[in-house]
Amino acid sequence: MSSWIVSNLWLIPAVPLAASLVVLSLTNSARSISVWLAIVGQIVAFVLAITAFLPTLQMPGFRAVHNFTWFTFGDQALRIGWMLDPLAAAMMVMITLVGLCIFVFSVGYMAGDKNITRFFAYLSFFSGAMLGVVISNSLLLLFVSWELVGLASYLLIGFWIDRPSAAAAAKKAFITTRIGDLGFFLGMLWLYHNSGTLLFYDQGRGCLEGTGLLAIGASATFIALLIFCGAVGKSGQFPLHVWLPDAMEGPTPVSALIHAATMVAAGVFLIARVYSLFSLGAVNGVTPSLTVVVSVGVVTALMASLIALAQFDIKRILAYSTVSQLGLMMVSLGVGGVAAGIMHLIAHGFFKALLFLGAGSVIHGLHHEQDIRKMGGLRWIMPVTFLTYAVGMMNLSGVPFFFSGGWTKEEILHRSAHWPVSPLPHYLMLAGVILTALYMTRQMIYIFFGSARNTDFQSVRSAEFHSAAAATTRDISVGRKGQRPVFRAHESPRVMTMPLIVLALCSILFFLVLTPAWPWLHAYLNGEPAHVDFGLLIQPMLFLSLALVAGGIGFGWLIYRNVTESDPLARAQPGVFRFLENKMWFDEIYEHTVIALSRMLSRKADWLDRYFWDGLVRLFAGLGQAFGALSKGFDDHGINAGVDETTAGTRGFGRLIAAAHSGQIQAYLAAIAIGMLLLLVLYAWLG
Amino acid sequence: MTPTLQLFLIISTALFSIGLLAALSRRHAIFILIGIELMLAAANLNFIAFWRFSPEPHQPTGVLVAIFSIAIAAAEAAVGLALVIAIYRHYRTTNVDQLDQLKG
Repeated sequence: MSSWIVSNLWLIPAVPLAASLVVLSLTNSARSISVWLAIVGQIVAFVLAITAFLPTLQMPGFRAVHNFTWFTFGDQALRIGWMLDPLAAAMMVMITLVGLCIFVFSVGYMAGDKNITRFFAYLSFFSGAMLGVVISNSLLLLFVSWELVGLASYLLIGFWIDRPSAAAAAKKAFITTRIGDLGFFLGMLWLYHNSGTLLFYDQGRGCLEGTGLLAIGASATFIALLIFCGAVGKSGQFPLHVWLPDAMEGPTPVSALIHAATMVAAGVFLIARVYSLFSLGAVNGVTPSLTVVVSVGVVTALMASLIALAQFDIKRILAYSTVSQLGLMMVSLGVGGVAAGIMHLIAHGFFKALLFLGAGSVIHGLHHEQDIRKMGGLRWIMPVTFLTYAVGMMNLSGVPFFFSGGWTKEEILHRSAHWPVSPLPHYLMLAGVILTALYMTRQMIYIFFGSARNTDFQSVRSAEFHSAAAATTRDISVGRKGQRPVFRAHESPRVMTMPLIVLALCSILFFLVLTPAWPWLHAYLNGEPAHVDFGLLIQPMLFLSLALVAGGIGFGWLIYRNVTESDPLARAQPGVFRFLENKMWFDEIYEHTVIALSRMLSRKADWLDRYFWDGLVRLFAGLGQAFGALSKGFDDHGINAGVDETTAGTRGFGRLIAAAHSGQIQAYLAAIAIGMLLLLVLYAWLG
Repeated sequence: MTPTLQLFLIISTALFSIGLLAALSRRHAIFILIGIELMLAAANLNFIAFWRFSPEPHQPTGVLVAIFSIAIAAAEAAVGLALVIAIYRHYRTTNVDQLDQLKG
């Protein structure tokens, strides 16, 4: 059984990909078939992922690979393959489970969209590509899937193609991540140059083990940093984080699936996968490349949580919280806590998908209102959304006890406290914990507490731009005579609340395998047996993080308790708030440096083309013209008269020929094709 | 079924014919470009097939020619798309039936 699943692991990504291709070929009239196909594909992938997960439980440190030759080129054979190990298995289960919840949620959220077929095709495509990243045992196969994931992200961010802002956001995401991917690609070439293989594990000859790893030698630092560039782009780390908040232009389920739970985690996964490269030659667990990872992670985590404090768009706050959590995971990997980082990645996958879907439910219930200043008092109107959102918020803020996010975050803090290089990341991350609790409290109060600041949601109508889902007739009730029809806020349908409940349960029950008393997941990922020891439950770090989180939430409650449309922070520190609200002016800085530079270069190239090369061409043309004029004069005055008479017949024939020159290039092309065919026939005939 | 040279030639002939049909019958300039790309792909396939079934399949000549021609095709696509955009800006159309400035 276990050998069957290892050699057929490709089925897991292939099933959603196949579903996607089939759905893509269906028309918009086949709505329910396409939705069902996509969901069934996801269910099959989930079942297969569980089948693959079970054998990895049998013994600690299970790893099985299946390699084969893709093609031979000269005397070199390029081999690719897939692998099953705890990291891949845990990721597969998380991706397919979260994916399934989001697929089901989308059925409700996108119900009114006329392009739902295309939407589900893209979602399935994304899911397959992401699973491909996870199972790859070859950096090349991983890179191919990685780029497919990027393509899926581009297609889904720009799903509402008729909105210029969505198209611009899609382009921004694609180009920004491409910058990182260029580094990744160069790193891959360098790796192949040094080790001669791109397989991770190949019975001692792969690039992450034994002789292959030794062959890389001193350039490992540079290779690791180049590969890290790719992770920085994909995981929205500083300085390439700018695309992630803009990616919120896509439909909310996309934000949940791609820009929170799975795709952005690909960068963290990549680092964990090629961790041997980063830790090669480590002294006391520290290498230059890992130090870079930690620094980038810390800067990202702190910067993003500060920006999140001053955003008003419900999805942008969550986007920045994602950026900051990814920074936290990077720190964890950098200080040597690979398992802790991946644990947080998986827990984050559950609760961030939950938060985003909750936000989607709020947005749906308020008819596409995303500004938290115009919400408020929703806890009675949307009770299920409120409760599940509160679970997500507790997870994200890092409350321990029954919330998985709290335990994983505490584990990361624990790891960073013992980093030999500097204690600074640890303290900065403790500050990040307070900030996270603070901005999540702010968001909760803005959305769910207080009184509704926009009772009739009339202004919402202008903000509504897409998806007829918002305008189903039962949501519109006509007000008193003479008034315009008004929209009412409402709880979302069952098909949307059920995934919320499932995800909330997952992110709560998940804590059972995370606590220090029985760190099963930690041991599973590290390939060790797990022991039960309740004595480890009580640790100083637990109290410290508990105090910080309580402080953050309490402080948040204190200042945001009676929140109005103007933010308390904005009144207290208008300058700082404006700095944060404008995302620290990163977009503007890039606009005036990198983009301005590339614009200037294109202008220069344009000038060169227009005046230099064109000038040369014109010069030659002028010479030709002068020569022609000379020749014409000679003709006119020399040999003209007699020839005119003899050419009359030629001119008539020329007119006849000119008729065939219609100016239609396709007619010319057809003539060429027929001519070729005639030549071919002639050739065949004459031998 | 073992792949034979004939099989590849049939496929590439089919690909070429489809590309030619697209280039001749579509009215949108971009579809014509796609048709041309298909014909190029057919030519590449021929290169690879003849190389693979040649007496010297270990010399990577056929692949090199194909890679070279793929690089040229990429450049050609960039120039072609730029031309389409330029033409669209000038004439406000990409329908090749209306573009008859080549009339002699």
